[in-house]
Amino acid sequence: MTSNKMHGPGRLLVVEDNKVNRILLLRGLEQQGHVVTAVENGKQALKLLHSQPFDIVLLDIEMPEMNGFQVLETCLQDTHLREIPIIMTSAMDELDSVVKCIEMGAEDYLTKPLNTVLLRARVNASLEKKRLRDQQRKLFDTVATSEVAEELISKGFSLGGKHVDASVMFTDIRSFTSIAESQDPSETMELLNTYFTLMFEPIKDHGGIVNQIVGDEIMAIFGAPIPRVDHREQAVFAAIEMLELLKGFNQEQALRNRVQIQIGVGIASGRVIAGYTGTQQRAIFTCIGDTVNVASRIQDHTKIIGQPLLISENTQQSLPTALHTELLDSIVFKGKSQPVSVYSVKTEPAD
Amino acid sequence: MSDSAIDLSVFNNLKEMVGEDFIGELIDTFLDEAPQLIASMQKALPKNDVETFRRSAHSLKSNSASFGAHALSDQAKALEMLGRAGQLSQVGDKLETLSAEYKKVEEVLKRLRHDFE
Repeated sequence: MTSNKMHGPGRLLVVEDNKVNRILLLRGLEQQGHVVTAVENGKQALKLLHSQPFDIVLLDIEMPEMNGFQVLETCLQDTHLREIPIIMTSAMDELDSVVKCIEMGAEDYLTKPLNTVLLRARVNASLEKKRLRDQQRKLFDTVATSEVAEELISKGFSLGGKHVDASVMFTDIRSFTSIAESQDPSETMELLNTYFTLMFEPIKDHGGIVNQIVGDEIMAIFGAPIPRVDHREQAVFAAIEMLELLKGFNQEQALRNRVQIQIGVGIASGRVIAGYTGTQQRAIFTCIGDTVNVASRIQDHTKIIGQPLLISENTQQSLPTALHTELLDSIVFKGKSQPVSVYSVKTEPAD
Repeated sequence: MSDSAIDLSVFNNLKEMVGEDFIGELIDTFLDEAPQLIASMQKALPKNDVETFRRSAHSLKSNSASFGAHALSDQAKALEMLGRAGQLSQVGDKLETLSAEYKKVEEVLKRLRHDFE
């Protein structure tokens, strides 16, 4: 049995009406170390695809009832199934059909009779692509709601930017540098990771995406890339929940005689330029513009006046009345000519 | 008896692909399927059932190519083409020639099969 050390076994689905070819592919791919399921028609294939995870589909074109084109089309129209690479298997004289499938969105093709080396190479290349897609999906799921992840995956990345109305949130741990210096580096990393895990939840739950983490600072965006009208209150509710969760975290830390942390959250809303920045190979979704700068400055201001949560006037304006806010000062931030009105938000739930 | 009915280099590649443990299973499947495909073509011909004829020829072409039965595969392909073109009247004695070729292939495969008992 040949092992598949490079890639590990893939979960493959073979769809082939011809029994000899079906057994040949089944045994041949098992021989290459994969876990293989073989079915004889398109209907059985779709039923299985909807009920079990697969990494690759090897799909015959010429089949009775539901042919390869129809299976391919159905998969490509399904948000989940379209992430599975499909390799078309066809006779050498069906190359016209193969071209059509590749144009439709099939990942690759193999001609019959099969060649062991090509079979291995094509399957492993597709498996590699599937694993990257899975990682990408996992990453998206970590930093964004599934809605945002769907949007990003379905629309793809275009690096162009546009103006959108959004809320930007900056969150920072107070005196983190001195905390970091006072303890073991591994403890600090553990603390940070627990902290991020805790903070990401409410951001996700309120439709935000974590845009970037710099050291202990989190930048999150609400209302982009998917627009939503209530991004101001969603951002504020997320911040309130974050502070609540942190309180519980600190109680646990105290019990374990570990360091407790305090955070400051600043939120500003308004027009931002949203888009992907970077290169085609490595890009992140981000927002830039004055609103972003204001949010960052407001977050800095939380330290100065010892408040956990401050928001800009623009954020405050459309909040539900149940949220109690208080006008603090109009502050002229560094580098700005116009003063910005800053509000504090009552974070304790009313008794 | 001639081994030329089967190209042994293709056959050996196939054996390597599926593994020695499973080549017997694959030969059995081929020997089981091929007569059915030929019978289905024989039945489809007088009925002018172009689609069944073409599909059976297509499968036989594909299966015999996998085993390195080049002559059988080429003959099946020619019949598939006639089916695709809707010209079953042109089949003539091509199906009988194909049946005779299959007998040769069957003989060689059975002998090869014996080595994997």
